Amino acid sequence: MKTRTAYKWMGGALIVLTLGFLACNKKPAGSEEILIGEYGAMTGSTATFGQSTHKGITMAIEELNATGGVLGKQIKILSEDDQGKPEEAQTVVTKLINKDRVSAILGEVASSNSLAAAPLCQQSRIPMVTPASTNPKVTQVGDYIFRICFIDPFQGKVMAKFAGNSLKVKKVAILRDIKSDYSMGLANFFKESFVANGGEIVADESYSAGDKDFNAQLTSIKSKNPEAVFVPGYYTEVGLIARQARKLGITGPLMGGDGWDSEKLWEIGGDALNGCFFSNHYSVDDPSPAIQNFVASFKKKYNGESPDAMSALGYDVAKVLVDAMRRANSDNPDSVRLALSKTSGYAGVTGAITLNESRDAVKPAVVLEVKDGKFAFKETVAP
Amino acid sequence: MHAFLQQIINGISLGSIYALVALGYTMVYGVMRLINFAHGDVYMLGAFFGYYSSRVLHGKLQSSLIETILVMIVSMLGCALIGMLIERLAYRPVRKASRLTSLIIAIGLSLLIENLAQLIFGADPKFFPQLIPEKQIALGGLSLTNQQIIVVVVALLLMAGLNAFVFYTKSGKAMRAVSFNLDAAKLMGINTNAVISLTFALGSALAAAGGILVSMNLPGIDPLMGVMTGLKAFVAAVLGGIGNIFGAVLGGLILGLAETFVAGYGSSTYRDAIAFLILIAILLFKPEGLLGKGQVEKV
Repeated sequence: MKTRTAYKWMGGALIVLTLGFLACNKKPAGSEEILIGEYGAMTGSTATFGQSTHKGITMAIEELNATGGVLGKQIKILSEDDQGKPEEAQTVVTKLINKDRVSAILGEVASSNSLAAAPLCQQSRIPMVTPASTNPKVTQVGDYIFRICFIDPFQGKVMAKFAGNSLKVKKVAILRDIKSDYSMGLANFFKESFVANGGEIVADESYSAGDKDFNAQLTSIKSKNPEAVFVPGYYTEVGLIARQARKLGITGPLMGGDGWDSEKLWEIGGDALNGCFFSNHYSVDDPSPAIQNFVASFKKKYNGESPDAMSALGYDVAKVLVDAMRRANSDNPDSVRLALSKTSGYAGVTGAITLNESRDAVKPAVVLEVKDGKFAFKETVAP
Repeated sequence: MHAFLQQIINGISLGSIYALVALGYTMVYGVMRLINFAHGDVYMLGAFFGYYSSRVLHGKLQSSLIETILVMIVSMLGCALIGMLIERLAYRPVRKASRLTSLIIAIGLSLLIENLAQLIFGADPKFFPQLIPEKQIALGGLSLTNQQIIVVVVALLLMAGLNAFVFYTKSGKAMRAVSFNLDAAKLMGINTNAVISLTFALGSALAAAGGILVSMNLPGIDPLMGVMTGLKAFVAAVLGGIGNIFGAVLGGLILGLAETFVAGYGSSTYRDAIAFLILIAILLFKPEGLLGKGQVEKV
């Protein structure tokens, strides 16, 4: 009888401890600051996206605050982790809007998460600017949603052109992530352009984010003898796919989009990724002074770490938003929205940013080659 | 033809993992008539114990084989302990209550472990170290790695060992007696609590072995890796006839092959759907499973 009571107490203690973890809460911010919300994947399978973006945003805001902030106030970033999940993205964005009462929201990288949170921002009439969601549907949610990156129809065309003209391949297989709006969109746009240019798609297979075993799909792809495989997924799965593809004897290059851009890609995929290509927003090797200055100050701030495209876009997105606040001379969400929609020729690290009538940026893309853990600049493709 | 044989190899290596995890479901069900939904999470913990112990051990031993075996043992012992703890803290207090109570506790426990693991280990995926250097084995154009062979061989050895334990040892006999009738077994002087603890320990140790074997082959582990594998292994156990050890093995292999062929020849989109389609079909046409014996429910 005594031991049973003891065990019940132990069980109870465990529950109390867990609740204790959950109850940890942040205190509300002061009102003498301009509040900007940021949501992103700080953990989860796309964690480097959120972390890189956060570093870029933090650096931009620190630079702005050092020169007096905006509208005579300091800027404060409230950052929330959505673990890379659409349902979490909705939860944290609701919190940013209703509890923290932010003036504008920055995020997400993955299109599925941006699509989950965008309707909330639209309904509450809070401007949301995504640094890197490339699926066209994101800004179609409404007139409060903006992006400072190119969109997938363009990115798909870039890789289709690159495959046909530079790699000179005719037969390509596709392996897409069926759960991701980003991957599905990119795969469709690639297919369209590649076939229009006279290429042939010999296999079109799919997987679900979170899968670990791709042998069945890859065996089927191998039997069709493609010269290259287009894998428009995110880095965690792409790394595993590359390993398994090489094991099964698929030797042609793999190609992908900006979802590959992460230092974890090499950690997971290793040698298997040598000689593979992906499209991206900017290259750290680009000799232009604007980029080299940014790279130098980023390295100085983050102990020699070199900024990936997500960091560069994070840096740009924060500056574009604050620039709009300055032009609007207000942090009122409606005025900020209007100013954002008039963004034109803003000189960002990732190129000149002009927002068109569908609130998307029109910018060039670069193609990078994976070489021993480094992403080497291959070519620039203009819109 | 090559592609077909290659798919069979892929299917068997996937299926033997499901079989290993399914064994834990089947053993616990056989003895306690309880679906332990936290079992998939024990599988995940096994992979993480393996990850951390190999980081500690790495480079300290001259042979990678000894390192692998040590990592396996540490992780299996760790998970056996966790399995016993789960039974003692969560299931034993409600053993006399209705079966629904323990089922709900099982689901809650599974969520608790998943979320605690995200808190403790972090939610980002980790790269599982290559314990045994990978070697490619060419078999007339088919590609096979030494790790795939290791997975199947170790899985078979563990299953054979379990079979020998259950049918040829005294403790195994006690386990079968408890499974047959708990109260009668108690009257015969069997320490039923000890037997149930042992069942959880064995099942969890097998899940841990499964976690490490999978991670060696497909090196990316995260706190939610047990959710889908756990569900599929549960389907495998039901398919073979829950409560039946051979049934779990058979169910695992069938499921692995079915999934591989659906993904390889049909559409990979339906890969996950097929597992649950099989479950529904089995429940409709042969509820006791392929090797299960139909039995009259005692009221």
